[in-house]
Amino acid sequence: MKFWRLPLDAEEQIIPVGRLFIIADRCKGCNFCIEFCPNKVLEASPDFNRKGYHPPVMKPNHECNNCGLCEVICPEFAIYSTVEEKRRFTEVDLVRYEEMSSGEGKGEQE
Amino acid sequence: MRYKLVDPEPFRLGEFKQKIDETHGIHPDDRYLKPGRIPHIWCPGCGLGIVLSAFIKGMDSMEVAIDNCAVVSGIGCTGRVAGYLNMDTYHTTHGRAIPFATGLKLAKPEMEVVVFSGDGDLFAIGGNHLIHAARRNMDLTVICVNNFNYGMTGGQAGPTTHIAAKTVTTPYGNCEYPFNLTHLAYASGAVYVARWTSFHARYLIESVKKCFAKKGFKFIEVLTPCPTGYGRPNRLGSGLDQMKVYRDNSEIRNDINPMEAESGLNGPIIVGEFVDREKPTFFERYTEGVLAKASAG
Repeated sequence: MKFWRLPLDAEEQIIPVGRLFIIADRCKGCNFCIEFCPNKVLEASPDFNRKGYHPPVMKPNHECNNCGLCEVICPEFAIYSTVEEKRRFTEVDLVRYEEMSSGEGKGEQE
Repeated sequence: MRYKLVDPEPFRLGEFKQKIDETHGIHPDDRYLKPGRIPHIWCPGCGLGIVLSAFIKGMDSMEVAIDNCAVVSGIGCTGRVAGYLNMDTYHTTHGRAIPFATGLKLAKPEMEVVVFSGDGDLFAIGGNHLIHAARRNMDLTVICVNNFNYGMTGGQAGPTTHIAAKTVTTPYGNCEYPFNLTHLAYASGAVYVARWTSFHARYLIESVKKCFAKKGFKFIEVLTPCPTGYGRPNRLGSGLDQMKVYRDNSEIRNDINPMEAESGLNGPIIVGEFVDREKPTFFERYTEGVLAKASAG
């Protein structure tokens, strides 16, 4: 989906910026959080944890919106997020949204 | 000898307790979990942790006091839940979670009693207990985690195994028809019947919240991936692959007759809140119908 201008109510839109806490040694490498993150901000780390799995890490230059799906869908109690700050909706978000909606896969349904 | 035997380090209680203190309480849900029990024993890719997490979040958002809630579980992978929750929990004998919970509820009617068990425990060996508790409309919440086989004993066929599915005990394919658990609970008299998969974690939290607010026999079936016991012989792939199947094949249809709610091995999976009705519970009927008359006469 393509936007041709910034939405008129962009001033009122507040986007929360989340901070992710990943407890690497609890992770068992099921990859649920990486697959189902709606913003696709996680990827498997190249490093191993103590059990020999690849825990998730934040992708560089990606932003968590504190939706909390990773916390809900993690079977191992190994990841959670909190709100760091809140910011305004900008044109960068439109570009990111267009990239995401044209990208492969989908996050949680609805 | 190819390997050199190494003397294990002696067990030191102080160090062990220090390690527990360091690794506990680093996640918000840890306040509901027993110190030193996480990581749990469930396989990588198993959905049971999601169900436990959803239950904790539902309980947390309804602000149910830990002292006023008891969890009863039976035997099996799901039965381990009783060992992980830091509250009044009971790990009962195989199939007898519901009779124990019934007694607990009658002794302490103000307590929230939740039965957390698997399909093999609730419907195979404990099937009779479940239908009679539903018939009496006991005030219980039953969360049944359905992984289609007996996971803990090595993946044998059970009463929920799909037809033509391969397990350890049915190498040529299962020839028995499976139960439709939601239909069975509805026909036995449950007042709230829902089915979700472990992919629908947010809907599951909402269902758990509704169950805490409602009186009567409430039944939630949760379909979970079992990559080790059921996925491997049926070539369903890892837990993630099965979660993707739940995402792509599931269809949310609320308020339908549970008879139409099918969940095939490769076909569509109908999920949703099927039944939500009101009925006086056993305790209300007993106090009004029997105790009042007995004390009057």
